[in-house]
Amino acid sequence: MGALRNLSVSQQIGLLFVALFGVLVIVTAIAFSRTLRDRTDEQLLAHEQFKRDLRAIWIGAVLFWVAWIAGGIVSTLLFGVVSFLALREFVTLTHTVRGDHRSLLLAFFAVLPLQYVIVATEHFDVFTVFIPVYVFLAIPVISALGNDPKRFLERTAKIQWGIMVCVYGMSHAPALLLLDLPDYRDRGAFLVLYLVLVVAVAQIAQESATRRLRRRPAARAISRSFSWRAWGLGVLAAGFVGTALYWATPFKPIPALVAALVAGGSGTLGEFVMKGIKRDAGVRSWGGKASVTGAVGLLDRVAPLCFAAPVFFHSVRWYFGL
Amino acid sequence: MTLPEAGGLLLATIARLITGAQGHWYGAPPKAEQRIYFANHQSHFDWVLIWAALPRDLRAITRPIAARDYWTSSKLKHWITREIFNAVYVSRQRTDDEDPLEPLMEALRHGDSLVIFPEGTRGNKGDPAAFKAGLYHLAEAFPDVQLIPAWIDNVQRVMPKGEVVPVPILCSVTFGAPLTLQPAEDKRAFLERARQAVIALRSVRT
Repeated sequence: MGALRNLSVSQQIGLLFVALFGVLVIVTAIAFSRTLRDRTDEQLLAHEQFKRDLRAIWIGAVLFWVAWIAGGIVSTLLFGVVSFLALREFVTLTHTVRGDHRSLLLAFFAVLPLQYVIVATEHFDVFTVFIPVYVFLAIPVISALGNDPKRFLERTAKIQWGIMVCVYGMSHAPALLLLDLPDYRDRGAFLVLYLVLVVAVAQIAQESATRRLRRRPAARAISRSFSWRAWGLGVLAAGFVGTALYWATPFKPIPALVAALVAGGSGTLGEFVMKGIKRDAGVRSWGGKASVTGAVGLLDRVAPLCFAAPVFFHSVRWYFGL
Repeated sequence: MTLPEAGGLLLATIARLITGAQGHWYGAPPKAEQRIYFANHQSHFDWVLIWAALPRDLRAITRPIAARDYWTSSKLKHWITREIFNAVYVSRQRTDDEDPLEPLMEALRHGDSLVIFPEGTRGNKGDPAAFKAGLYHLAEAFPDVQLIPAWIDNVQRVMPKGEVVPVPILCSVTFGAPLTLQPAEDKRAFLERARQAVIALRSVRT
């Protein structure tokens, strides 16, 4: 693995490209060959679900690669768009009323673009406080001017949460691109890819562990599937993949393991929290069949990243004393 | 691509970005047959939403109804409704010698599809108001045109009355199975049946 570390940036990029898309091609080919067999309805349904997920991963991988080639600004923009779509889904399923209209406009058309502009212009001191400090005050002020006291705290809190998760959390992923790490110039994209991969692995491993183990859920009313053992296995898988990828990161193997454990753990816990929110809103998933509005389920996919990114970002900054 | 086509594509893209404009088809696939879509009316955005939810080749042959005095009052409004939407203009002032439905009949004779809001005016959140008789007269005059009920969901949250900037919130349009006028069916009975068909789509979930 050490030899990989000494490769040039372009060689490493090439290697990752081959690895990522190679795995995707193999998985797709296997999935396709399986469709040729006869199967039960239940299997077909599971297969459809798998195909949907696979397509989403393909789209994600291609977009990611395009953004990477195009550079930091384009990736930031791309994350901004994802942020917008995620916030749109979040707001759809929380019940807002007329009085919230102006605060929502502020959130979508002022806070969201500003946050990403701040990221793109590398104002890190403002970036971490803009939403928790300034927007925290601005949103309820605008809401109060809407002149509707009914369930005021609840409504305002929901908008704040939407912004924190979908904008603030998400914006920490492109911010990684711009961190000025020692001996790691122009390699920020590796760190983003590392984060995305590790969180995805934790999620997938946790899911398959849940299916195999059938443990007692930790909080049945929130999620029937979340158990501590499955979570632990997910985090371990993330740690394993993270350590194997250490050569692409600014870390040595042990810190790479810890970083992966932190990112994977916070991502899957974030997913657990989102399940609570979904239950509260009365839906099983943000997209798919139970949805009134036909949301595409993007939030389901990006929520773990939204929770993991800030934790990961600040761990990295703290570790390197930036 | 001509300017109106480009403008239409831009408008549909904006509508999709803001509302998702998801069309769900239950009972009738989106086909290029001659149809009258009738839907609940809650917002100025309703027409754009239905239009954006239609597949692109259906958009070209599906026309809205626009009030002549308002939508021809400025050059831009006139251009948008005429060139992009190909709207059917009707006048709101009723004159004795003119049938207000005549422009609609004319469009149907041409083979175009229409979108109408039979409540006549924008309602608020609850059930749609009683339907106006126009739908019945059109059904009577054109028995071969499919009548498709549609339910527009969530749009009042996108742009409440009195606001001008839309908030991005996902909306959906649910299209139902075609309705036909039964032989010797009473006008009121038919209109109520049509209204119920629209309301029924509110709770369609699969």
